[in-house]
Amino acid sequence: MNVRMIRAIPLLILGSMLMLSVGCTPEHLMSTFDPLGPVAAEQKMVWDFVFWAMAVVFVTVLPMLLYMTLKFKRKEGDPIPPQTHGHRNLEIAWTVLPILVLAVAAVPTLNVLKYVLEPPAGSMQVNVTGHQWWWEFEYPELGIRTANELYIPVGKPVQFNLQAKDVIHSFWVPKLGGKQDAIPTRTNVMWYQADVTSPPEGFYGQCMEFCGTSHANMRLRVHAVESDAFDIWVQAQKEPGPVAEDLSELAAEGRDYFENMDFTATYADGAVSKQRCVYCHTVDGLGISGARTGPNLTHVASRRTLLSALVTNNSENLTSWLDNPQAMKPVSRMPIPTLTDAKTVAWGEYL
Amino acid sequence: MATGTRTGGILARPTSMEGVWGWVTTVDAKRIGMMYITTSILFFLWGGIQALVVRTQLSYPGAEFVSPDTYNSMFTMHALTMIFLAIMPMSVGFFNLIVPLQIGARDVAFPRMNALSYWVYLFGGLLLSMGWLFGEAASSGWFAYAPLTESAYAADRGMDFYVLGLLVLGTSSMAGAFNFIVTIINLRAPGLTWFKLPVFVWMTFITSILLVTAFPVITVALIELMFDRYLGANFFVAAQGGDPLLWQHLFWVFGHPEVYILILPAMGIVSEVLPTFARKPLFGYPVIVFSGIIIGVMGWMVWSHHMFTVGLGTVAVGVFTVTTMLIAVPTGVKVFSWMATMWKGSIALTTANLYAIGFIALFVIGGLSGVSHSMSSSDFQQQDTYYVVAHIHYVLFGGSIMALFSGLYYWFPKFTGRMMNERYGKIQFFLLFIGMNIAFGPMHWVGMDGMPRRIYTYTSNMGWDFWNMVSTLGAFLLGFSILLLLHNLVRSFKKGEIADADPWDGRTLEWSIPSPVPHYNFARIPNVVSRDDWWARKYVTGEDGVTHPIPQGGAYAENEEDVDVHSIHLPDPSYWPLVTAIGLALMGGGVVFHLAISIVGALIMLVGIYGWAFEPVNEPDEEHEEHEEQVIN
Amino acid sequence: MEATIAPQHDEHATTTGLDHRKMLMWTFLGSDCLFFGSLIATYLIYRGQSIQGPFPYEVFDIPYTSVSAFVLLMSSLTMVLALSAIQRGDQRNFRIWVIATAVLGSVFLGGQVYEFTLFVSEGLTVKTNLFGTTFFVLTGFHGVHVTIGVFMLLSLVGASFAGKVKQHQSINVELIGLYWHFVDIVWIVIFTVVYLVEAPAIEAAKAAVGH
Repeated sequence: MNVRMIRAIPLLILGSMLMLSVGCTPEHLMSTFDPLGPVAAEQKMVWDFVFWAMAVVFVTVLPMLLYMTLKFKRKEGDPIPPQTHGHRNLEIAWTVLPILVLAVAAVPTLNVLKYVLEPPAGSMQVNVTGHQWWWEFEYPELGIRTANELYIPVGKPVQFNLQAKDVIHSFWVPKLGGKQDAIPTRTNVMWYQADVTSPPEGFYGQCMEFCGTSHANMRLRVHAVESDAFDIWVQAQKEPGPVAEDLSELAAEGRDYFENMDFTATYADGAVSKQRCVYCHTVDGLGISGARTGPNLTHVASRRTLLSALVTNNSENLTSWLDNPQAMKPVSRMPIPTLTDAKTVAWGEYL
Repeated sequence: MATGTRTGGILARPTSMEGVWGWVTTVDAKRIGMMYITTSILFFLWGGIQALVVRTQLSYPGAEFVSPDTYNSMFTMHALTMIFLAIMPMSVGFFNLIVPLQIGARDVAFPRMNALSYWVYLFGGLLLSMGWLFGEAASSGWFAYAPLTESAYAADRGMDFYVLGLLVLGTSSMAGAFNFIVTIINLRAPGLTWFKLPVFVWMTFITSILLVTAFPVITVALIELMFDRYLGANFFVAAQGGDPLLWQHLFWVFGHPEVYILILPAMGIVSEVLPTFARKPLFGYPVIVFSGIIIGVMGWMVWSHHMFTVGLGTVAVGVFTVTTMLIAVPTGVKVFSWMATMWKGSIALTTANLYAIGFIALFVIGGLSGVSHSMSSSDFQQQDTYYVVAHIHYVLFGGSIMALFSGLYYWFPKFTGRMMNERYGKIQFFLLFIGMNIAFGPMHWVGMDGMPRRIYTYTSNMGWDFWNMVSTLGAFLLGFSILLLLHNLVRSFKKGEIADADPWDGRTLEWSIPSPVPHYNFARIPNVVSRDDWWARKYVTGEDGVTHPIPQGGAYAENEEDVDVHSIHLPDPSYWPLVTAIGLALMGGGVVFHLAISIVGALIMLVGIYGWAFEPVNEPDEEHEEHEEQVIN
Repeated sequence: MEATIAPQHDEHATTTGLDHRKMLMWTFLGSDCLFFGSLIATYLIYRGQSIQGPFPYEVFDIPYTSVSAFVLLMSSLTMVLALSAIQRGDQRNFRIWVIATAVLGSVFLGGQVYEFTLFVSEGLTVKTNLFGTTFFVLTGFHGVHVTIGVFMLLSLVGASFAGKVKQHQSINVELIGLYWHFVDIVWIVIFTVVYLVEAPAIEAAKAAVGH
């Protein structure tokens, strides 16, 4: 009985290795096993080191424990075993050995730490500001501002200067690297570089520090594109929108509503006030400089997603959002604008 | 001279130990210990229900089992309930039951303060949990980072229940810890020097020191938050220059020693159970004791590993990386020592021992994921993901809870006089072990797969669906196994097999007295000669290395029969601790509800304290004149 | 030293020979060090960070606060004298010195209240800025500790008149004394770290105005 069980141990070792490998799904959208840039790659290298060290301990200690439990199981009539109190050399060995292993592990850990926290000189600058519950991105060198979807050029380092408007948030795009928190009153610096272009839907990211009711909905996308595509995008962002004559009648109407129409806004906490879209949202390039309370809506139609990368960008979702934001993103600061259907459609067209 | 039983009191001092009033006014550590354990098990069930709600909501993408706000309250309150109302009090319950017995004492140094600790825990726990009744349970996470907890972002009273609940509970923990520090230093039986103490007593001592040094820090953090919320102070208000990181530093300077407070008692229990069921002494006793001390000290030097991603700077993060890696060493040493205890032992696989061995396995897994967290540069990928949730639950459930359950099975006979059902226990253990791993194992890879913690839902395209469902099923299996444990406890209590004084052939002093333990503990305080003194009374190891029983061994040299147990004086029961506790709880609750309640509470507390101060430890009686002195205690 | 015999009936015998309650008081005071330490740390972290005034150098009156610190220090002296009296069995002097300690403590508290009201009238409240917040909370909690101490002292006086404070039970007085001395020492630290370190700034401000 004992012998058969002891033979099962190598199988257990194999089984445990299988179990550990099950977690390896680099194809998943937020997987940390699919490093697509140097920051993520270096961090993965440290992980690989510690993973194998852990695996060695796991497959030696646990089967050993099981073995001992079975081998030394008490049987009827067994004498009292020798009352061993300790063994000095063994105790020294198992204190010193872990210290040595950890000392070795510390070296790559600390080197990579320095590497990931210190952006290379000349990195492109992006100021990231976390809000409840959306991301604001500003390119100070390029003079553009957008929200929730970030464009970066492939193969170039990008430095992120993280801030937060209200509470603590955390900025993370797993395939590009680890996260840092965005904290009010301070600016935290980190960097990523994408070494490959992103798929059409972009690299997935999410806010990683609990920031209130809709924390789960605060997501983002990063589009890494070739340099020339990036330049085109920058130009497009700076470009003014269609001038008044070029707008369709409906869209022009929508624009007028956006800038000039007062409506009754009902907020999540029940407060009601008179508002206009432009009091919170900005559309650059049209000379509409609204506040930064709400996401920048410049060329929002060109984005793949809405609501901090929560849903696909189409007129149906946009209309639902305008109808009842709270249903899609609970406790969102976006108030319910009371509109007639016609106006909703007009806005949809405009944006 | 005789001061009578109406000193300062309106009611006569309770004298009886019978009935409900006997329990309500008890100052006996054994009864207090049982009240702690029973109450903590009930809170554990409540925390478990909250966990199952969380798991149900996460079992498939886009679920709408509960609203986002309710979900956020669920995970917040689940953590608070488990940490402060289940694990810590269950540990304190064991301190109460076991420490006086293991040091050969009749009770703790301050029996009435002991009772106070329990009642304040009960009322504090109710205050902390009360938010649910109003739909305003705390929902900012158990570590409640500012500024999310300021009035602007947490407008309802959830954070108020949090602050006042924890302040009240802190008082309980600290009072208990003070008691055990003095007890362990000052009430040891003759001959019981420090390095003969059972490891459980050592761990109690170190945990108590951590409690009295760490809790003041969170007390200050909570006070600062309270002042911000109620009086418009600026401690964490960004606009006035307040720094959110101040909260984090204060919280984690408390928070890291707190996790050692959660695990050291468990390590103490396992250090008692393993040697008993291996019939060998604990391997490397001095090293295990020193490791415990080192863990206690180093626990103060690692707190910012909870803050690796807040932008402390490369140097600070680097320093905390190194200290955190180093603290793995004494922990590893303990694990190796426990395993060496089992090596070539004669191992009885009782349920208690299965739990202890299970503890080693699961704590090793939790410890390994902890080591991976210590490597800060790669931790940037794991921080705030389910990988952390996996780590926490392996060390707290696979670690603390497993050991506490081991303690339940191990010491149940000593205090109830009955054995728990072993066959039932083993089935229950295996279901729990399997359920636990199915629930928490997948969280490792779902975390590495990018799933954030504290999200009320997720989308299907992430690839997290399958393992979340698996995890939920494991959680329900785990919950079921807990119900079996409860059933075993209740059933065994009523009709378990009658237990001897020493059913496990134990090594320490508690097994030298009858089961259940008489109210005076020891008829005659033993004179202690060696470590594992009880074992040394029963067995002797010859020159040849063979150990055999001593004829007529298993008794202390002095004959117990000629002791008149009725002459043994124990502290009399008292209702002042309960009165004081009610006052304290009302003071806390009044801050949340209405200040008038606080004022009433303060007055009641004052009455309680004065009544207590002027009440002697023992009422004088006719037979023993030497106790006529008043002791302001 | 460790293995004192523990006779069956005497609950006062202890392993170390030290009374339980004295050990409790020392442990409690050690713990209270961390409480004040955290509040002082908060004060120091935020020192110089206030966005707007009033600032310390504008409101502090070091001579005034020195006098109240001296008063508190003297109260420790009277406390020692009280303990010495009860240890000699001198109830009358014991009561005098305890009352003196309570009076001095109350004078200190009165001084604090006056100082706080003055600051408030100068525009400094707990809401005003980081200085106001950290200052009032730190010194306020110290004041609460002193108040509790005064209550204990007055209770001691009352107990003494009721014949409940006996010479061989002087430990109770000693315990209250320990607490009182601790509260005094904390004030020394606060006075130095909060008030005295601002002295150069106060001088500079005065010089700037042309004193």
